[in-house]
Amino acid sequence: MSLIRTLREQLVKRERSAVELTQEQLDWIDQTEPLIHSFLHLMPERAMAQARRIDQALARGEALGPLAGVVMALKDNLCTLNAPTTCASQILKDYQAPYEATVNLKLEAAGAILIGKTNLDEFAMGSSTENSAYGPSRNPWDLGTVPGGSSGGSAAAVAARLVVAALGSDTGGSIRQPAAFCGVVGLKPTYGLVSRYGLVAFASSLDQIGPLANTVEDAALVLQAIAGYDPYDSTSLNLAVPDYNSALIPDIKGLKVGLVTEFIGEGTSPGVLQAIETALEVLKSLGAEIQEVSCPQFKYGLPTYYIIAPCEASANLARYDGVKYGLRAEPAESLLGMYEQSRNQGFGREVKRRIMIGTYALSSGYYDAYYIKALKVRTLIKEDFLNAFTKVDVLVGPTAPTTAFRFGDKEDPLSMYLSDVCTIPLNLAGMGGISIPCGFDQGLPIGLQIMGAPLAEPTLLRVAYAYEQATAWHQHQPSFIT
Amino acid sequence: MIDHTTVQKVARLARLQLTASEETLFTVQLGDILAYIDQLSELDTTGVQPTTRAVELSNVTRPDVRRPPLDPEQLLSQAPQREEAFYRVPRISEP
Repeated sequence: MSLIRTLREQLVKRERSAVELTQEQLDWIDQTEPLIHSFLHLMPERAMAQARRIDQALARGEALGPLAGVVMALKDNLCTLNAPTTCASQILKDYQAPYEATVNLKLEAAGAILIGKTNLDEFAMGSSTENSAYGPSRNPWDLGTVPGGSSGGSAAAVAARLVVAALGSDTGGSIRQPAAFCGVVGLKPTYGLVSRYGLVAFASSLDQIGPLANTVEDAALVLQAIAGYDPYDSTSLNLAVPDYNSALIPDIKGLKVGLVTEFIGEGTSPGVLQAIETALEVLKSLGAEIQEVSCPQFKYGLPTYYIIAPCEASANLARYDGVKYGLRAEPAESLLGMYEQSRNQGFGREVKRRIMIGTYALSSGYYDAYYIKALKVRTLIKEDFLNAFTKVDVLVGPTAPTTAFRFGDKEDPLSMYLSDVCTIPLNLAGMGGISIPCGFDQGLPIGLQIMGAPLAEPTLLRVAYAYEQATAWHQHQPSFIT
Repeated sequence: MIDHTTVQKVARLARLQLTASEETLFTVQLGDILAYIDQLSELDTTGVQPTTRAVELSNVTRPDVRRPPLDPEQLLSQAPQREEAFYRVPRISEP
């Protein structure tokens, strides 16, 4: 059952007011947040003002928006007025953006109540929130493990029911991987479907905003609210947005599902493999036709990504220079010294590492060997997807090769990068994907990833919904929620 | 391969003043990461067109209509140092 629909029904029947719903969430956050640390800032005044607007609209008998009364969180790389936008970086510690991200305005227009900004790996670079300058978030299923990343705060907040749904951003898996680790639904839309105006740029050819929620239906409702053309984002697609709700039919008879063989090889844990096999049996029992599909270039996804994303990041992050906003190192004796010291003080280690990789790969003499080479391999990876989609309707596999790992387990940067091996190819190809809960291994959630052709979100949602209706994984809750 | 001199040179290009221990750490780590990335060289990409963006959109324009700019005072309020309507930076040239 959709949590959003349940709450909306209670609101319409006047069983609870929007102000009450908001206060209840604030109280629960008060109680639980010391354990989870999913938020960097709360926006109680903004949330209450919106809640009062909804209650007044209801009292006047006005029609309510589709997300009326839905308490939501935003990843802290989405710009908000009157609240900090830090990207979990020291360099933006006190930064107040001068404008709102388009997605925030769209959510509020649909009635959502934005209650706070969630933790992330600094500038969305990481897979665990351990790279946050303000301390990591914890996984509600086991406080000794990471929630995944980079949208780990959003995933943890949804899993701990601190919010009904949240927004994250996904450059190489940053919505899907934390969704898998925290046992929630995470959807990365097709590149261009959701406006990125007001999303602090990491790797512009890969970044995309999407929802994290407790059910597939909730994710579809949030996607419906944020999708669509925005003249303020020149990469936004000028197309009619389909009705995602009508895609939620639990019927996948005859649908062709391809298991990506490259995702079930070595490196994938036995517990995850077992859960994926069982999930395929469920899809088969629902009438889907399962086949194995090889995408031979996917194994080059990770090295390709670790050229392209750092190259774009090194250019995007050049703007943090201590002049117009953000941290400035003092005393500054020369302009160059000010740039260098501000950046060295303001950026954390992983961000510096990626700026260094990108700067190296784009520097004279290496540009063709690294950057152009990676762009060519990107073409081959995209072709693997397009070939696969001539044979099957969707591709499936694990979202991550393991369940959530323990804090400090992946000190070596390369071993951390490898946790995104199953999610990265999709970003390089610009297509949409969803992670949904499909089981547990030793008490930790496992995610099933479903990937589709460009703009195939209705198909993704239909498969995810059919699977969810046939299973009960999404009804499990971390033990401290009673 | 990546040595100390390369790390120093790249850090200068990236406008990062690394500490000595970061320099040492990055010399090893960047070497490892680039060695991993080098597996791309085993792929023959002769004749393959590079993909720079996921969705091909180019020359996106908007109607040439004036719209209100962001409030200059609000923008300047974020400056680490300002003087009236200007951003203040360290001296760039000798008087």
